[in-house]
Amino acid sequence: MAIKNQIKQSLIIAFWFMILTFPIMVIKVNTIQNTIDFRWANLLWVGIVTFFASMVWNYFLRRNEAQKKKEIDDDIPLIHRLLQNDRFRRPFLGVVAAFFLAYPFVFPMYHTSIMISALVYVMLGLGLNIVVGLAGLLDLGYVAFYAVGAYAYALLNLHFGLSFWVVLPMSALLGTLFGVMLGYPVLRLRGDYLAIVTLGFGEIIRIVLENWDTFSNGPRGIADIPPPTFFGHYFDQHDTMIYIYFIVTGLVLMTIFFVNRLENSKIGRAWIALRDDEIACQAMGIDKFKTKLTAFALGATWAAMGGVVFAAKTSYINPMSFTIWESITILCVVVIGGMGSAIGVIAGALVLILLPEYLRAVSEYRMLVFGALQVIVMVFKPDGLIKSVRKVYTFNVQEKAIHEQTHT
Amino acid sequence: MNKPILSVKNLTMNFGGLKALDDVSIAIEKGQIAALIGPNGAGKTTFFNCITGIYEPTKGVVEITPPGKNTQSLRGLKPNYVTERGIARTFQNIRLFHGMTVLENVMIGRHCRLSSGIIKAMLQPPSQKNEEQKAVTDSYEILEKIGLAKYVNDMAVNLPYGAQRRLEIARALATDPFLLLLDEPAAGMNPQETKELDDLILWLRDNENLTILLIEHDMKLVMSLSDWIHVVDYGKKIAEGTPEDIKANSDVIKAYLGEDSDDA
Repeated sequence: MAIKNQIKQSLIIAFWFMILTFPIMVIKVNTIQNTIDFRWANLLWVGIVTFFASMVWNYFLRRNEAQKKKEIDDDIPLIHRLLQNDRFRRPFLGVVAAFFLAYPFVFPMYHTSIMISALVYVMLGLGLNIVVGLAGLLDLGYVAFYAVGAYAYALLNLHFGLSFWVVLPMSALLGTLFGVMLGYPVLRLRGDYLAIVTLGFGEIIRIVLENWDTFSNGPRGIADIPPPTFFGHYFDQHDTMIYIYFIVTGLVLMTIFFVNRLENSKIGRAWIALRDDEIACQAMGIDKFKTKLTAFALGATWAAMGGVVFAAKTSYINPMSFTIWESITILCVVVIGGMGSAIGVIAGALVLILLPEYLRAVSEYRMLVFGALQVIVMVFKPDGLIKSVRKVYTFNVQEKAIHEQTHT
Repeated sequence: MNKPILSVKNLTMNFGGLKALDDVSIAIEKGQIAALIGPNGAGKTTFFNCITGIYEPTKGVVEITPPGKNTQSLRGLKPNYVTERGIARTFQNIRLFHGMTVLENVMIGRHCRLSSGIIKAMLQPPSQKNEEQKAVTDSYEILEKIGLAKYVNDMAVNLPYGAQRRLEIARALATDPFLLLLDEPAAGMNPQETKELDDLILWLRDNENLTILLIEHDMKLVMSLSDWIHVVDYGKKIAEGTPEDIKANSDVIKAYLGEDSDDA
């Protein structure tokens, strides 16, 4: 019965697609001879392909639903199960560490370079994850803080000759400061309104950078930004790339470490509670505004540090690197990776940034494939690639001891 | 004479042209179980919201005198500061944090009594770890008192309805209040659960030194529990007194049952 219905549904879909694509796939106007060709074979192909595609699509949807019903409590992603299992955790982390250590030496410079970009996005994603994933504030102007970091390094270096290692902590503070400055007026809003206003702020920063010629060199940007030094020593181009790779890997590790600790603290609990119910949160004595502002400012801190690395890596920045699309890409990293899930965000960043690079082979259809993949992920994995598994505080009654366990 | 623990004078709350509360004055003594009753839409929840800072009253005075402390005004304070000063509340429509376990819900209540900030959370010195552990044990103790210990590691959403209501009380207790405001704690409960709630409220007053103000529609519960009852209708206070006085008060009967044609 079910299969009969499915065939019927797929037939209807196929028929509908045949009608929809009729004008472009079948009719072909020959302008030289002023005739119209009807390519009926194409119509048949469209029908057959959509029919089978729809069958496959339905099959996966059905399987997904069946799985959901079967294991409501048991749907902890594989990677989390690996990390929880003591026997597998060490070897697994060992393999991951070995891979990332060996990566720049095994693969050519081009690959190291795109991996650096991906890791910068991991940092950005983890930062935005605090704002969007944990505190539930939709921030579409996140790129502004990324720009603040990049321009901080470029300008401080240009005017005062400050080095990468001096600017990195300074930019973190600067990012926090900008987070507070931008957050202060806008965090009274929520939901869609907040999204629109942050989007506006993101654009304001970019437009200022583009037009304030004397300050930022305008759309010409700033060139010759020096790479990071190793105790005053410069590497050649190839080694610099490897050096930056390890710096950014270290920064990512630091980010994971701190974000994880924040998440499992009083403030992390407050963020999650605030996302659930603002009024109840306030009635529990949580300062709504302050808590939101902390999330916003901490998110900005990591964006600014990511910006410094970006500027050091590309050695040239201009306002075009900080458009709204950048904000949306970072948001995609968080949403597709899995909101609130650090491992998810890492996976999201690697997939979203590396995939378009490797898809250059089919460059014509690159964005099409990319878009289709995003849709497919959202349909079949609405919680993101790797869904969030939060550390939950539990109380062990028998031993009267406190245990931390992972739980969905 | 001791000052009343909560003293509300001439409280008025306007929403545009609508007077939700009109010149309401209520005083609550320490150790009392007081009830605020009235027909639907009388302004009871608005009264709670005005005290706890969710609304800022248009006019009037809200003062508290915590045990052993000086009188202070609550007017215009944000809800979180009201909670910090020792007034906890529950909600008419249950507002638990659904994505969290029972224990974590109570831990959120401890939030305003914990001191660790962001830097401590990132560096995790021993003091912060001890504080977190203490928050967990304290929260568990509260759950034990309220009788929810068996649910400690369950998700809050999966609890039976009556237990969710009790969890709201547990979460409110975690903020170390001296005055507890309960907004329809028995709504939707079965007779057995209502009986248990009755016992719990009495126990809270006697053992936790709490003063309790509750809004309730279950008249049996209100009459058996309360020391003092305040009645509001259409935003105006129409009566106050002991349960016996209120039962006999003709204004109250009129408000609930409508005017009797013989009296008119």
